[in-house]
Amino acid sequence: MADKVSFELVSPDRLLMSVDADAVAMPGMEGDFGVLPGHAPLISALRAGVIEVEGAGGDSPDRVYIAGGFAEVAADRLVVLAEEAVVVADMDRADLEARIQEANGELEAADEGEERRLAEGKISVLQEMLGAAR
Amino acid sequence: MANLKELKNRITSVTSTQKITKAMQMVAAAKLRRAQEAAEQSRPYADRMERMIASVASNLPSLDTAPPLVVGSGKDDVHLLVVVTAERGLCGAFNSSIVRAVRKKAKELQDAGKTVKLFCVGRKGEESLRRDMEDKIVEYVTLREFKNLSFANARPIAEKLSQMFNDGEFDVCTVYYNAFKSVISQVVTAQQLIPVKLPDPAEVAANDEDAPDLGGAIYDYEPEENDLLGVLVPRNMSVQIYRSLLESGAAEHAARMTSMDNATRNAGDMIDGLTLTYNRTRQAIITKELIEIVSGAEAL
Repeated sequence: MADKVSFELVSPDRLLMSVDADAVAMPGMEGDFGVLPGHAPLISALRAGVIEVEGAGGDSPDRVYIAGGFAEVAADRLVVLAEEAVVVADMDRADLEARIQEANGELEAADEGEERRLAEGKISVLQEMLGAAR
Repeated sequence: MANLKELKNRITSVTSTQKITKAMQMVAAAKLRRAQEAAEQSRPYADRMERMIASVASNLPSLDTAPPLVVGSGKDDVHLLVVVTAERGLCGAFNSSIVRAVRKKAKELQDAGKTVKLFCVGRKGEESLRRDMEDKIVEYVTLREFKNLSFANARPIAEKLSQMFNDGEFDVCTVYYNAFKSVISQVVTAQQLIPVKLPDPAEVAANDEDAPDLGGAIYDYEPEENDLLGVLVPRNMSVQIYRSLLESGAAEHAARMTSMDNATRNAGDMIDGLTLTYNRTRQAIITKELIEIVSGAEAL
């Protein structure tokens, strides 16, 4: 059995990350879970949250925020499909706060219905990202 | 006999047309390369998504409880055709072949007593379908202002489709787009989106040399299969639409490249012909003048 998990992070536009890691922690839909080498085969939906990669080595990022997705674990391989992914270290708190401010403004200006719902969704995503950046 | 000055003007105008078509061809070639790269980079996601769906579907206890996006609404009355075309013309038969296929399909469906609705993506298709089927166009999306396609362009379309389906506005949804086969060949492709055609696990595994060897182990699913399929399938719809947009984009540039290459060559032939006529005419005029001088001198 291999002593590393090969971890791939794929977005619809391209392959974002492909590294060998010691362990990866995932934000599962029904609770967080860790993936170590030799994990049982699993397909799981992921909620928005942070993926933590341990022992990837080199200068590859160790914390990545995803806005939901899917994970497939099989035979020491972990494939994550995420529509949006941001490396936590690249996130700028000041910038996020400014964007939350802006979104709040939009929310106040928004009418009832669709527009309001969109603005609320945007704020909650931004706040989660801010929480992850801490 | 053609006027010399007129001929000269025509040669100049054909030459400038040729310059334009040549430039368009080169631009299309550069864009084609980019579009092809984008299509290739989107492949891993689509492949893995397909594998997951195949795996989940093969482990479903029964299809009866599967989400409606998978099994359909149980009817076959209202068909929605999604028409993916280009934003611009001058790309050969690219747009017209799609429109022709859609017209044919719409007629077949109507003859069979079904209702047809159209969802146009891209300006060119909408323009030509509006002429005779305006009442059937229910939605029109233009991607004009986006220089580069991204997944964010595909998602709203997929969301709109799911919403319309959930509101019971249609029963079957098919996407028409030009698939990029090679630089000289684009194939009009119809792909059924709703109800989802579940991929056959055995077939997917056979095409996928990358598939993991589980050694007989069975996947765990979290949440359970039906719920998982319920989230996977809508996402997969965006992926499919994204893929058809990318394919259509690459095919469009390829079609434009080929047709502009042809146009450049035709312009070249035309210039050759015109130049020949021009020179003949010029020579004839000179000969005529000489004869006039000689016969004038003889008369003296």
